[in-house]
Amino acid sequence: MNALDQIFVTLHHWLIGLFPAAIQPLVSIVLIIATIMTVFGTCFAVTTIVERKTLGRMQNRYGPNRVGPWGLLQPMADGIKMLIKEDIVPFSADKILHFLAPLVLTVPIWLAFSVLPFGRNMTAVELDAGLLFFFAIGSASELAVFMAGWSSQNKYSLVGAMRGIAQMISYEVPLVLASVPVVMLAGSLSLTDIVQSQGGYAWGFIPHWNVFTPWGLAGFGLFLIAATAESNRSPFDLPEGESEIIAGYLTEYSGFKYALFFLGEYLGLFAVTGLAVTLFLGGWHAPMSIMEWVPSWLWFAAKFGVLIFVFIWVRATLPRLRLDQMLNLAWKFLVPLTLINLLVAAVWYWSRPLSDSFAGLELRWLSCAAIIALSYVCLGRNLNRIPSPQRHYTYGT
Amino acid sequence: MTTPLSHYLVFSAMLFSIGFAGAVLRRNAVLVLIGLELMLNAANLNFIAFWRYGAHPGALTGVLFTLFSIAIAAAEAAVGLALIIAIYRHRKTIQMDRLDSLKG
Amino acid sequence: MAHEITFYLIALLTLAAAIAAMSLRNLVHCALCAAGAFAGLAAIYLLLNAEFVGFAQFLVYVGAVAILIVFTILLTQGVEMKSSVALVSPSWLTGLAITGLMLACIVAPILASPSLHRSAPPNIAAPVKKIGEELMTGCILPLETVGLLLTAALLGAVVIAMSDKPPFQPKTAGNPPRRETQEEVSLR
Repeated sequence: MNALDQIFVTLHHWLIGLFPAAIQPLVSIVLIIATIMTVFGTCFAVTTIVERKTLGRMQNRYGPNRVGPWGLLQPMADGIKMLIKEDIVPFSADKILHFLAPLVLTVPIWLAFSVLPFGRNMTAVELDAGLLFFFAIGSASELAVFMAGWSSQNKYSLVGAMRGIAQMISYEVPLVLASVPVVMLAGSLSLTDIVQSQGGYAWGFIPHWNVFTPWGLAGFGLFLIAATAESNRSPFDLPEGESEIIAGYLTEYSGFKYALFFLGEYLGLFAVTGLAVTLFLGGWHAPMSIMEWVPSWLWFAAKFGVLIFVFIWVRATLPRLRLDQMLNLAWKFLVPLTLINLLVAAVWYWSRPLSDSFAGLELRWLSCAAIIALSYVCLGRNLNRIPSPQRHYTYGT
Repeated sequence: MTTPLSHYLVFSAMLFSIGFAGAVLRRNAVLVLIGLELMLNAANLNFIAFWRYGAHPGALTGVLFTLFSIAIAAAEAAVGLALIIAIYRHRKTIQMDRLDSLKG
Repeated sequence: MAHEITFYLIALLTLAAAIAAMSLRNLVHCALCAAGAFAGLAAIYLLLNAEFVGFAQFLVYVGAVAILIVFTILLTQGVEMKSSVALVSPSWLTGLAITGLMLACIVAPILASPSLHRSAPPNIAAPVKKIGEELMTGCILPLETVGLLLTAALLGAVVIAMSDKPPFQPKTAGNPPRRETQEEVSLR
C-alpha cells in the first residue's frame, strides 16, 4: 500500500503547499523539526515508563502503578515534578558553564536525528557524508559531560566527569570501527544509500540485511556494546554511579536542568538505536517480501522498539563494570575485534562469487564466522587469565 | 556566493595572528599549544578557501591537503600534551619562564 | 546576501572565541572557547561546500583535541588557580607589536591584489566518493604515511605520559590466598 507508506511525505508536501513559495523552505524545515521533536519527545516519555515497568517485572516486582491506569501517567507526574523543583546552583559553581552544560548536551543530539532514514523517502536531511555527521555530532556531547562535572566544583562530580569522558572516548573507537565495514560494503557514507543497499532478498526469502552476514552479526554485537557504553547505560553507567558517587557529574543539577540531562541521555540512546537499525537491521525494509504491504516507517518503529527492549533487558540483567574493566574491554577486546571484523568483511566481499551455490554460501559464511569466533575465543581467554607478575617499565623521561 | 575571496583570507590572517599572539605572550604551556592549533586551523581555512575559489576545484587538492593537515595536527597535539604532562610530573610547573634551565 | 551575513556572523563569533581563548584567566574557559572557535571554523568549512572536511574538523578538533587539552589542564594544574600569577610574559607589549606587524604584512598584499577579490564559481561539490578515490589512488603514499604517523604518535604519547608507578593490580577472585609455609608461620 504505497499511499500509506508515503503518507507522511504527502502530508508534508501538502502542508508546505499552503504557504507562499518564498518561505516554503523555511516552513519545510520547521515542520520537520517540530515532527521529530514531538515524536521523539513522546518516545522519551513512553520509554521512561516502559523501562521502569519492565525493570520492575524483571526484578519480580511491579513498576510504578499508582499514577493512572497501570501507572501509565507516570511520565506526566515526573515531568511536573521536574519542572516545579527549585533550581539550585552551588555558590562556588561556575555559573555560565553550569547553565550551558545541559544545552551543549541536548542540542547536538537533536541534530543527530536529522540524518536517520525513518522510512522510504523520509530522511530529514540527505547528506553525502551522513554517517560522519552523526559521529561528529555525537562527539560534541562529551564536552558537555566535562562542563557539567567541572562547573559544579564538587570532587565527586569531577571524578564522575573524568570517568565519563574517558569512557565515552574509549568506546567511540569501537563504535566507529564497527560501522566501517558497513560503509565499505555499501560504498557510501550516506545513510539512505546504506539502507538501499540492504534491499532485496537472496533465495527469495532471506533479506540482504547486514545482520545476516558474519561480519554484520559480529559488527552488530560490537556496535550494541559500544552504543550502551556511549549512552552511559548500565552496565556501563559508572560515571553516573548511582550507588557510588551519588550521581557523578549530575550531582549538583536539579529541576529542569536535570530533566534536560535525562532527556539528552535517552535521546542519545534513541539516536544510536536508530543508527543500529539503519546500519545493520536493514532500516525500513521488511523482513519478508510478503510483508511489504506494511508501511516502511512502521518497520523502522518495530525494529527500533525491539532494540530499545534489548537495551532495557541488558540493563536489568548485567552488573555494573568497574572502571578498569570497562577500559580494558574497550581497548583490549573491542578494538582488536572490530579490526578483525573489518578484515572478515573484506574477505566476505572478495569471496562473493561463491554465493551462487548453496554449498559455496555455507563455506563462505562458515569460514568468515570461524575467523571471528577464533579471534573472540583467543582474546577472551587471554584477557581473563590471572595476570602474571607485572613487568615494570621505566623509560628515561 | 558573493563574498570575495579576500574576506576569507583576511579572516584567516586575523585568526592566525590571534593564535600567534597567544602562543608568544601567554606563559602557560597548554595555552601555547592552543595558539598553535589555532594557527594550524587558520592555514587549513586558507587551503579550503583557495580550493573553493580557485581554478581547479575538481582536483580536490585543497580538501585532501586539509584532511592530512587535520590528522597531523591531532597527532602533534597528542604528543605535545603528553610532553606537557611529563614535564609537569618532573618540574611541578608548566609556566614557560620557569622551564628555561637550558638557557645559556 | 544570506550567505554574506552568515559568513560575517560566524567569522565574528569565531574571532571572539579565539580572542577569548587566548586572553582569559581561567584555563578551562580558555579551552572551551578554543573548542568554540574550532566549531565556528567547521561551520565556515560547511559554508565553503567542503562538507567532509567540516565534519572531520568537528569530529577531530571539538571531539578529540579539545578534550585532550581539557584533560591536560586538569592533570597539570588546573584545579587550583592562583590569581596572583601574572598572565602574560613581561615583554607583552613587544609581542603585541610584532603580532600587529605580522598581521599588517599578511593583510596588505591580500587587500592590494585585485585577483583576490573574485567571487566563487558556482556549483562546486566535493563528493565523498571522489575524495575516497583520490585518497586511494593519487594520495596513497601520504595516506599510509599519515597512518604510520598516527600510530607512532599514539604509542609515543602513551609512553611519554605513562607514570613511573607500577599499574593498579586488582585482586582477582581466581587467586586463592596462598597458604603460609612453615617458615613464614614461625617468622610471624
